[in-house]
This record gives sequence, structure tokens and C-alpha cells, in this order.
Amino acid sequence: MRKRGFFIKKTKSILLFSAVFCITMANVYANESVGHENHASESKDTVSAVADSTHAIKHGEEESFNPGEMILHHIGDAHEWHLWGHTSIGLPVILYTDKGIETFSSSKFHHGDSTYTGKHYTYSIEHEHIKVVNADGSINEEASKNITDLSITRNVASMFLSITILLLIFTSVAKAYKKREGKAPKGFQSLIEPIIIFVRDEIAKPNLGYKYARFMPFLLTIFFFIWVNNLIGLVPFFPGGANLTGNIAFTLVMGVITFIVTNVNGNKTYWQHVYAPHVPKALWPIMIPVEIIGLLAKPFALIVRLFANITAGHIIVLSLISLIFIFKSLAIAPVSVAFVIFMDVLELLVAFLQAFIFTMLTALFIGTAISEEHGDHSHSEEHH
Amino acid sequence: MTGSIAAIGAGLAVIGAGLGIGRIGGSAMEGIARQPEAASKIQTAMIIAAALVEGVALFGVVVALLGNG
Repeated sequence: MRKRGFFIKKTKSILLFSAVFCITMANVYANESVGHENHASESKDTVSAVADSTHAIKHGEEESFNPGEMILHHIGDAHEWHLWGHTSIGLPVILYTDKGIETFSSSKFHHGDSTYTGKHYTYSIEHEHIKVVNADGSINEEASKNITDLSITRNVASMFLSITILLLIFTSVAKAYKKREGKAPKGFQSLIEPIIIFVRDEIAKPNLGYKYARFMPFLLTIFFFIWVNNLIGLVPFFPGGANLTGNIAFTLVMGVITFIVTNVNGNKTYWQHVYAPHVPKALWPIMIPVEIIGLLAKPFALIVRLFANITAGHIIVLSLISLIFIFKSLAIAPVSVAFVIFMDVLELLVAFLQAFIFTMLTALFIGTAISEEHGDHSHSEEHH
Repeated sequence: MTGSIAAIGAGLAVIGAGLGIGRIGGSAMEGIARQPEAASKIQTAMIIAAALVEGVALFGVVVALLGNG
């Protein structure tokens, strides 16, 4: 009975996710009648069949394998989700121009070969940057500065997927707890409960003291969000493999949120340490800038640590795979694959560890912000 | 000779990481040898310290990547 309920809920949310995806895509295709694509070779050849074959030839002859370029392409963000060979899912491109909003599918760009004329401007894509082009095909830097790229890129789509997974897991577990009030946990609850207790007992309570309950939702969210996104990034095929946590913009936002939460909750002692440190007043010109830099250095370290660890792991795996292509021999394949399996298992550990470290350091910083213990300098308080 | 200064920089950063984490692992093993019942606590602390040291080494790698690309 319960199993059926879970599968029905799973199908419902897969449908929900596909519905959101399709609605975004439908909006994109609805504009198809408005804009039209321009083939780059149109000026040279009016026969589209020849244009198609030149397009095919360009893809047919392989330039020499460039591992650096391949790796950077896989690590970075993309406007399409590449599945295999020449098949990609064209993700919606959403541009906010000074003349209005423009949406179309990124498949109109044909992997960068053609430009697309939308409602307001003509666009082309270069190294995943969308630029405005003039009528003759040259890039118009002036106009390109005015467009903001708000597309659903691969990273954003992967984030939607991980959000759906997390919501699925936690709403079903929460509902199960409500239904089984007072009874022992059963099924999926038994998987999630030890992890939540681990976060509470190892991360929240030691660092936050008795006020831990207020910050538990935040810490749990960070922990599971980073962990699930790390894991999805490790899966080599669709719908995984989008390097979200290895994107500096993503980790930047996580670090900024931690910074905001820590400092909004700072109490008087915390700010005293920063702006009126307990050192002789003569040292204040040195100490106060150092303390302010310390305030900023802590989230900065969080940001770079998560970004670098996950990106480094992905780069290592991609480099080991490209060994096969560099040596151009299939004999390397067993060695390479064995190494890659070893590195991937290590990456599983790193995925959990980085989520744990991020959450633990966040809890530590919040703990220093809200702590009211007085160590060696509470002269006034002790007199009460 | 191919390569770049950035690659040398990344290699140096990795030497630092290797030394640091090696020392952490060494002291952790000594601690466990002295007091086997504290093994799990020591192991947890070791993993945390190793992740922090690795974070610092990866700063170096990130700067090398920025310098290269």
C-alpha cells in the first residue's frame, strides 16, 4: 500500500518536472514563427542542401583531439544539454534586452554555426556567450552589453532536477512521520533519520549550543542541497553530469547566504570583537582591518573550497578518460577505466565530505556569531 | 619543453597538500596507536583537518588554472 503511494507520488513529481520543462520549452517554440534562423553559409550558397552538407563535413572531419578544450567544455555551463554524438536537448534561451524579453530554443544556434533573428535583435553564440550581431554578421559589442542572459542553462536545469528530488524525498519523509506519529520509523524514514540526527548531533549541537533548533532547517538545507548536487554531478549520463557545484557562481551564492545569515545573527560580543577588539587601542588601526578581512575571508574560503574540490575531481576524471583519446589506442581503456572507477569512488567520499565541511564551518561561524560565552575578557559581566 | 609556469605552480601547491595531509595522517595513526578506543574520534578529526588542508591546496590549483586559461 505504502509502496504504491510512493510510486504514485514519484510519477506525479516526474510529471510535474516534465510539465514545467515542457511549458518553458513550449513558450520557446511558440516564438518560432516570429524569428527565423540564418545559416552562416547562406551568403556563399543559396542551395540549402549544400549548406547542410558543408555543415556535416565540418563535423565529420575531426580536428586533432584537444583535451584542454574538451575538459573546459564539460566543466563549464552550456545553453544546450548534450546527450551523445550530435544529439542535444536545446534548452530555452531567455534574454532580457533593452527592448523587451526574448525567448527561443538554443537549438536555433545549431551549435554555434548559425545566427538567430529574434523579435528585437539578431543573436549568435560564441563560447556560450550570446552576442548581438549586425546585419553583416559582425559582433556588435555595444548592443551585446545591453542584453542580460537569463537562460535556463544546463546548470539551471540540473538545479531544478535536484530541487525536485529533494522536495520529493523530504515531503514524503515528513508526511510519513506525521502519519506514523509515535510509531517507529519505517522505510525511507529509516534512511533519512540517521543522517538528520548526524547533522544535529555532530554539526549543530556542538557548534551552536542550546540554540541549535533555530538554525537546523538552514543547516539541513545546505547539507542536503550540496550533497545531492555533488552526487548528481558525478553521474556521467543524462540527467546527471551537469557540473553545478563546480560552478563558482553557485558556490558564490551559497557563501553569500552563509555570510548574510552569520552576520544578521551576530550579537554584541561578536561585533565587539570586530570593531572594538580587546587589544590596546594603539593596535586598533591594524586589528580592525584585519578583523574585517577575516569576516570576508571565511565565506570566501567556503566558496573556493567547494568549487575547487568538485571541479578538480571532475577534471581528473575527464583527463583520465581523455588518455584513451590521446594515446589513440583501445589498450589503454582498461587501465583508464580502472583509474576512473577509483577516482569516482573517491569523489563519492569528497561529495559527502565537502557538504559536511561546508555545513560544519557554517555552523561554526554562526556559533561564533551567537555565542555568549565569555572567555578571558568579560571584566564587566563578571561583576554582576 | 612544453607546459607552463601555471602547471609548475599547481605542482608546488600539491606538494604542500601532500606534506600537510601526510603529517595529519601520521599523527592520527600515532594517536590511534596510543589509545585505540579513541579511534573514531581521531578519525573524524583527521578527515576534517584533511579537508581543510586540501581546500588550501586547491586554492593554489585554482589560481594556476586561472593563470593558464
